[in-house]
Amino acid sequence: MRITQGTFSFLPDLSDAEIRAQIDYALAQGWAISVEYTDDPHPRNYYWEMWGNPMFDLKDAAGAMQEVLACRKAHSAIYVRVNALDSTRGFETTRLSFIVNRPKHEPGFSLTRQEGEGRNVRYTIGSYATAAPEGRRYD
Amino acid sequence: MSTAAPGGAGEQGGSVDLRALLADSQVVEVLEELDRELIGLKPVKARVREIAALLLIERARKQIGLAAGSPSLHMSFTGNPGTGKTTVALRMAQILHRLGYVRKGHLVAVTRDDLVGQYIGHTAPKTKEVLKKAMGGVLFIDEAYYLFRPENERDYGQEAIEILLQVMENQRDDLVVILAGYADRMQTFFRSNPGLSSRIAHHLDFPDYSAVELEQIALAMLQQMQYRLSPAGLAALHEYIPLRMAQPHFANARSMRNALDRARLRQANRLFALQGMQLSREELMTIEGEDLRASRVFS
Repeated sequence: MRITQGTFSFLPDLSDAEIRAQIDYALAQGWAISVEYTDDPHPRNYYWEMWGNPMFDLKDAAGAMQEVLACRKAHSAIYVRVNALDSTRGFETTRLSFIVNRPKHEPGFSLTRQEGEGRNVRYTIGSYATAAPEGRRYD
Repeated sequence: MSTAAPGGAGEQGGSVDLRALLADSQVVEVLEELDRELIGLKPVKARVREIAALLLIERARKQIGLAAGSPSLHMSFTGNPGTGKTTVALRMAQILHRLGYVRKGHLVAVTRDDLVGQYIGHTAPKTKEVLKKAMGGVLFIDEAYYLFRPENERDYGQEAIEILLQVMENQRDDLVVILAGYADRMQTFFRSNPGLSSRIAHHLDFPDYSAVELEQIALAMLQQMQYRLSPAGLAALHEYIPLRMAQPHFANARSMRNALDRARLRQANRLFALQGMQLSREELMTIEGEDLRASRVFS
């Protein structure tokens, strides 16, 4: 099951030229670019591993693109995303975030129903991938 | 991007309208601005023109389908302090941008401190960060010879130079590096780093200004700051310049700026002493002879 998190996730995967164009757009808005990766696709997994520091004061996409490619090379089997942070007062948050690399096979999520008091049911989802320990989930 | 120039530009065996290309790039304005706003510096201006011509012809060749490898444009600017190295670097970034050689045309000016770290493993990320910021524009490394400290073989400067070299070679399309510094020390620096020297195609030497040029520069600066000299002030400036040139630590245009700043200070002090009087626009603008003659070079 193809996970759909962040911008463009319902579109086919972006090509390098498209990623570059998006980064250029973000830089033109004055946002800072950062690259992150993870092997836990749970939608509530907000904090992915950082690939280096966020890159402030860039003017051109070339520098950020270099990091995207390096991160993709090092973590080709797992999820990699690009974030654009807006530091203007009032926003101070991520304005754009999109996945730039994903595993070949995404096993999807299981749904667990927990019976509570009375007739209550609590639902939990968990990725089949996270059954394996971290670092060996998409071998 | 290609202009619909008459004469079949863009076709095999066609011709290119150079004038249309020139107008399209707007580079002429920058060159004229360079001529107008920078006094003296004949050899530098000539070289900048040559580089602009080269890039323009490359572009014409590309339009017509001839082989056009992007030329290496890393440069070294050598010259005494205050000869306009940083200013020309800024203009160079603009010119390269207009000619489409760099994508953004900004200038990132750094010194050793911005590139070299303080402990093992600190230098590479620091240098790379600066390089990333400079991509799409021009990286200007002032007093580049400080990167190399031969007396300390474990100095981290060498590491910065190596990273720099790699990027200069492999990512020519992404940034242009300009190394700047005093002529004699740059010579030694290049001699001890032949790899660096061979990757720099253009060595521009900035000559010292003559007294006449310095006077023009001072007057241009005053005009920019909206001041003017009284006739006595002009005479004082005329005498001041040769005296200042003979002093140690003379720094060309920078010395002129400092002298003018001090003259402004004295002018302000003189006007302040006239407390209670109405000051006219004229008085606020004019620097008198006495403001300049109070300088220590006259004593």
